[in-house]
Amino acid sequence: MPAPEHAPERLNDFVLKFANVNGTGSASANTLIMKSIFRSGVPVVGKNYFPSNIQGLPTWYEIRVSAEGHHSRTGRVDLMLAMNIETYGRDVKEVAPGGFLLYDSTWPRSSLLERHDITVLGVPLARLCNENFEGVRNRILMKNICYAGVLAALLDIDLEVIRALVTEQYAKKPKLVDANMKAIDLGYAFAKANLPCPLPLRVVRLDKTAGHVLIDGNTAAGLGCLYAGATVGAWYPITPSTSLMDAFRGFCERYRVDAATGERNYVVLQAEDELAAIGMVIGASWNGARAFTPTSGPGISLMNEFIGLAYYAEVPCVIFDVQRVGPSTGMPTRTQQCDLLLCAYASHGDTRHVLLFPSDPAECFHFAAQAFDLAERLQTPVFVLSDLDIGMNDWMVPELTWDDAYRPDRGKVLSAEELAKLEKFHRYVDKDGDGITYRTLPGVSPKGAYFTRGSGHNQTGGYTEDAAEYRQVVDRLKRKFGTAATLVPKAVLEGPGNRDVGIVSHGSCDGPIREALGRLARDGLTLDYLRVRAFPFGAEVESFLAQHSAILVIEQNRDAQLKSLLTLETAVEKHKLRSILHYDGLPMTADFIAEAVRTALGATARRAAVAG
Amino acid sequence: MTSIVKPKIAHPSLPKNELGLTRRGYEGTMSTLCAGCGHDSITAAIVEACWGLSMRPEQLVKLSGIGCSSKTTAYFVSGAHGFNGVHGRMPSIAAGANAANRELTYIGISGDGDSLSIGLGQLAHAIRRNVNMLYVIENNGVYGLTKGQFSASADIGTKSKKGEANLQSPVDPVLLALTLGASFVARSFSGDKAQLVPLLQAGLRHQGFALIDVLSPCVTFNDHEGSTKSYAFTREHYHAAVEADFVPRASEIAVDYAPGESKVVGLHDGSHVRLKKLDGGYDPSDRAAAYSYIERKLKDGEYVTGLIHAGDGSASELHAVNQTAATPLNRLPYERLTPGAAALGKLMARYR
Repeated sequence: MPAPEHAPERLNDFVLKFANVNGTGSASANTLIMKSIFRSGVPVVGKNYFPSNIQGLPTWYEIRVSAEGHHSRTGRVDLMLAMNIETYGRDVKEVAPGGFLLYDSTWPRSSLLERHDITVLGVPLARLCNENFEGVRNRILMKNICYAGVLAALLDIDLEVIRALVTEQYAKKPKLVDANMKAIDLGYAFAKANLPCPLPLRVVRLDKTAGHVLIDGNTAAGLGCLYAGATVGAWYPITPSTSLMDAFRGFCERYRVDAATGERNYVVLQAEDELAAIGMVIGASWNGARAFTPTSGPGISLMNEFIGLAYYAEVPCVIFDVQRVGPSTGMPTRTQQCDLLLCAYASHGDTRHVLLFPSDPAECFHFAAQAFDLAERLQTPVFVLSDLDIGMNDWMVPELTWDDAYRPDRGKVLSAEELAKLEKFHRYVDKDGDGITYRTLPGVSPKGAYFTRGSGHNQTGGYTEDAAEYRQVVDRLKRKFGTAATLVPKAVLEGPGNRDVGIVSHGSCDGPIREALGRLARDGLTLDYLRVRAFPFGAEVESFLAQHSAILVIEQNRDAQLKSLLTLETAVEKHKLRSILHYDGLPMTADFIAEAVRTALGATARRAAVAG
Repeated sequence: MTSIVKPKIAHPSLPKNELGLTRRGYEGTMSTLCAGCGHDSITAAIVEACWGLSMRPEQLVKLSGIGCSSKTTAYFVSGAHGFNGVHGRMPSIAAGANAANRELTYIGISGDGDSLSIGLGQLAHAIRRNVNMLYVIENNGVYGLTKGQFSASADIGTKSKKGEANLQSPVDPVLLALTLGASFVARSFSGDKAQLVPLLQAGLRHQGFALIDVLSPCVTFNDHEGSTKSYAFTREHYHAAVEADFVPRASEIAVDYAPGESKVVGLHDGSHVRLKKLDGGYDPSDRAAAYSYIERKLKDGEYVTGLIHAGDGSASELHAVNQTAATPLNRLPYERLTPGAAALGKLMARYR
């Protein structure tokens, strides 16, 4: 069959979307396709749009193939694999003009006729699998693997690459290798004989993925906790953070179990709720272990009281907030950056917290480790604000590496010997002028004993209701926050820094922003871009804001929380800031940003003209 | 108000324990509770118990929530770290602290409001998780700091100071602990130091979660006629089922009871509790029997006290279940915790 004439060639630059039913085992087939493209040296990114459900509801998986290495969502679909009869109608509509639709032609579908500007490809997947495999469950699973074979033929993916992946995956179950390869060959052969292989959108080998891995942010963060030397993890399961603790536990089972004795050099505590989870982290950190909890927005809401205690009593703790769509239960399986203000000022009273904003899984790994150093150095809660897009999707990032010279910064903790030299130990006396005081651990020396409390206390740790004593402690906490601003990861500047207009953003906005900036630059529009990586904001954020006359703040929430934080916590004049907001639960696209920037710049130009 | 530090001057003739410390070495700051408060008697019993055990002060970790009872952790063993957390959530802090260092001795002090209302969930799960700690509930049936509201342990019909009768049924911490599988459950009375001290010692040495519910009258808000948690009422309806003696490790167990009347319960560290049954036929090792006995007596308006249930909690203790390293996690050197750069390089192959 000849290739359709109206389809332009798209080599290594297209989007595949798989419409599946959740719980049918489609994930492994989708991952297989993505990894085989990755192993062909072509950059990819996978995004999972799944329901808050166990089995039977629609789920989509999207693979973007991008020779240029862009990892944001595009919003377009070049090839739709429509495997879910329930969503078929909308899946057909989503295909870009000139695109392709692949469906299971075992059963006829009348709505096929709806589009004349796309190419429809039918493969009798169910029939092929029913004829070749036994057992209902097996046939369903093999149907997925079979379409992977069809795609291999259509996209011109090397079968040997796929075979190698399947062999690795089922290294311990060789029988499954044969069954899977049989299904792949079935699909491949059918496509070769009956479909226009290869399609104009296809994979051409490159060498752009060497030194890179495909990993999700939660796995990377769990790995970061392992390398940071965390020994206590406490959590309450919540989407989309659950896989972070699963990853940590998995790595611990592999690397933290004494081979001779079976002893575990870690404890994972599944708490009864998030309140208990953070309580456990506080107890463990107070007692000198590195401890953390992964959660999402609803969990942070519940943890608020304890977070205030940790702030005021100055107990280190590390909290991962893998953000999902709020408010309330919201959309648990969709992404947003909606917990900035919640985390920045968590708990009642005057509190301010250290936040880190990783933009991809690699930063999840490094920031995870850094979060423990900061928490112990500053003796305060540190939040790593990831989101569902980073946490649960597979991103291509440079291979994670570790420096064996790293040693944890345990902060100002006095040993028995150091205590022996002191005349008397006082918990909250600022000896070094940085707002950070010395602490002691239980069990070390009776001389180090002090009373930790969330009630009013003076600098010796004693209970107080005295106005001056109270102020002395909370004023020092404010100074400590100033010290934090000098220790957190610095913002990253792209551009010379002296352009008229600047973008300020954070976290997972980074991918689409950089892609959009490239596109705008080709149109002659150049902007500076500052990616904030932490709160409190460092001096570099202040100067960027001061140096630009117009600043676009791009973020993924309705209420412009990053913009609010900049307004509250820097000297920036509010009128200089304009928001570009995206908050429908899907990751942002470069198209959206480019368009919003053009609109905003038009408005800025008009304003300037009026003012001039 | 600022806590008052007691002068640490001890008369040379005061008796010393194995560590050479007098009882004064186990005291804390001056209590700020009302004169006559049952909690102060419990504090004194804890001082006596720790002194008697020759416990190194820094080996003890004191944890509490919020309320009158929770303040008392400041009033004993000033050489121990204390953590006065948030209301009802001490058990989770205790679990985390214990996870980090399994070697220390953990004592949690709570009240009926802290444990049975706001903290009921955390208490239940600490029992279920079998955190190795002694958990003392200083139970007075009333909220003191907020001036006299009923707590969840108030009996039906008991009268508040203003004369209002409580209509809701109480949560009994002993029955709760028995239901959830606690391996050490006791009840005592703040006015009975002779009973309380050995119970505290046994609870501190017990491997696993040990709960002692101590009836501790509130002199200000719940010591009037019509209250079922007053000193007068408690003394009258107080029924010791089992008398317990704590026998330290390496001491002789002298059998001075008639056969069938006494029972020796071994504790994990080699010490023992010797029980003397005051009520014929009562067997504290039989959880189900203990439960129905307590429930029956409660219906008759009697508080059964003593070591109500003692079993072996060591197999289901938090670290036993987790197979945690014998060395406390907070002392493991970083070299034992990091897989190293080479291992990471190898691991990365899985993500290609």
